[in-house]
Amino acid sequence: MINPINSLVFCLAFTSGFIIMSIELLGGRILAPYFGSSIYVWGSIISVFMISLSMGYLLGGKLSTRNPGLLPYGCFFLLAAITLVPAIIYGDTAMDAVFLRIEDPRYGSLVASGLLFFLPVAILGMIAPYSVRLLVENAHHSGQVAGVLYFVSTLGSALGTLLTSFYLVLLFEVNQILLTMVLVLAISGLSAAICGKLLK
Amino acid sequence: MRIFLLILAIAWTSQTKAEQVIHKEKSLYRNIVVRESRNRRCLVFAVKRGDRNQTCISLNDPNRIVFPYARMTFAGLLLQPTPARILVIGLGGGTMPTVLSRLYPKSTIHVAEIDEAVVRVAKKYFSFSESEHVSVFVQDARVYVKRAGLKKMTYDLIILDAFTGDYIPEHLMTKEFLQEVKSIMSEQGVLVANTFSTSRLYDHESVTYGSVFGAFFNFKMPITSNRVIITNGRQLPESKLMQERANKLARRLKKYAVKIDDFPRHMKRTKDWNEKARPLTDQFSPANLLRDD
Repeated sequence: MINPINSLVFCLAFTSGFIIMSIELLGGRILAPYFGSSIYVWGSIISVFMISLSMGYLLGGKLSTRNPGLLPYGCFFLLAAITLVPAIIYGDTAMDAVFLRIEDPRYGSLVASGLLFFLPVAILGMIAPYSVRLLVENAHHSGQVAGVLYFVSTLGSALGTLLTSFYLVLLFEVNQILLTMVLVLAISGLSAAICGKLLK
Repeated sequence: MRIFLLILAIAWTSQTKAEQVIHKEKSLYRNIVVRESRNRRCLVFAVKRGDRNQTCISLNDPNRIVFPYARMTFAGLLLQPTPARILVIGLGGGTMPTVLSRLYPKSTIHVAEIDEAVVRVAKKYFSFSESEHVSVFVQDARVYVKRAGLKKMTYDLIILDAFTGDYIPEHLMTKEFLQEVKSIMSEQGVLVANTFSTSRLYDHESVTYGSVFGAFFNFKMPITSNRVIITNGRQLPESKLMQERANKLARRLKKYAVKIDDFPRHMKRTKDWNEKARPLTDQFSPANLLRDD
């Protein structure tokens, strides 16, 4: 089970798990100035993340049936990085617009978190099923492989949640953390693509 | 010795018996308890470790404002003695809007309170009521203030009292929020904010207020650990003028136990905080973490 591709895939799945939850937690921070920090704001964020992830799973699983490889896998990370950038640069503009049009902060926060996070999170969701496909190509115990993958990526999510809420917000600005995520995603994507090329 | 202990025990039980819970409920945001002892009724936001009294009223003398910090809030009147439009952020037991509506029966008073249950409890147990001039908006204060700004509403007196002590709404402590508050202050408007005087948060908060409003009165009194920030965002009035206003107001405020003529000498302009502390912004606002440090 320990071969370079598997290690890389596990490593990247961990990273995407970490980043998904880190973005989700920061989402609360980003929406609070416009919609408050009440329970329904969290409800909006969590719903949007769940919907985005579920769509991503579906699409990622579908794509894994056509020429699976590290190159498209790396592209998911790069795309996620690119689609996260507008949330940083145009987040306030988008939330201003939503705030003006929707009075009810419940629907306001739902629409705003959809606008900001749907695309990057859906793309991050594509990574999990696609990872299973890449791993299964190199091992035969598919259920066990999927188990280890969930273990690794969910552990990443737990750490992303913990580190972000305990320490990162104390040390950095929200946008600094998000930009770092963009950078990490881009590096992850490039390294997957490069490994894909080298190992071909 | 035994008799002494017995008396002590009796005294203890009678005292605990004297205090009883008359209302208890779990709201969306907190556990709300109303406790009553012989002559006091208190609104408590219950937490496991040390309950916090939000508001107490004296049953013998309902006019009397029990908490020193609530009395200190009236220092805002020294900068703006005739507020026609008032905004109170955070209702609690409703002491501030109730007293202000008696002092200024013709003024419009708006209250932004996030927790509907608090509004209900204030009405039922603390004789708070809405009227032609007093209205409550069940809304997050940040959302309320932003919308008020869009509608070009302004207020002559804004009282920010949204911090319960257990948990700080971090989005109500940032520079951006204070700028939004400033934008709904009328030309003669004044902001009074009940804030924190201990922990590292004191420095961060002071710097944040300074960055938005410039000079402010730092109002502390020996009897309480609260600190009240008072500012008009412009030139602060001379001490002499404030003392004159205080002397005039003193008689009207006496029955509420607000000794306003004693306030001006405690309202300091000196900066006794670390001016290098990082201001709190929407991007950086770990207020709850800073307070625990």
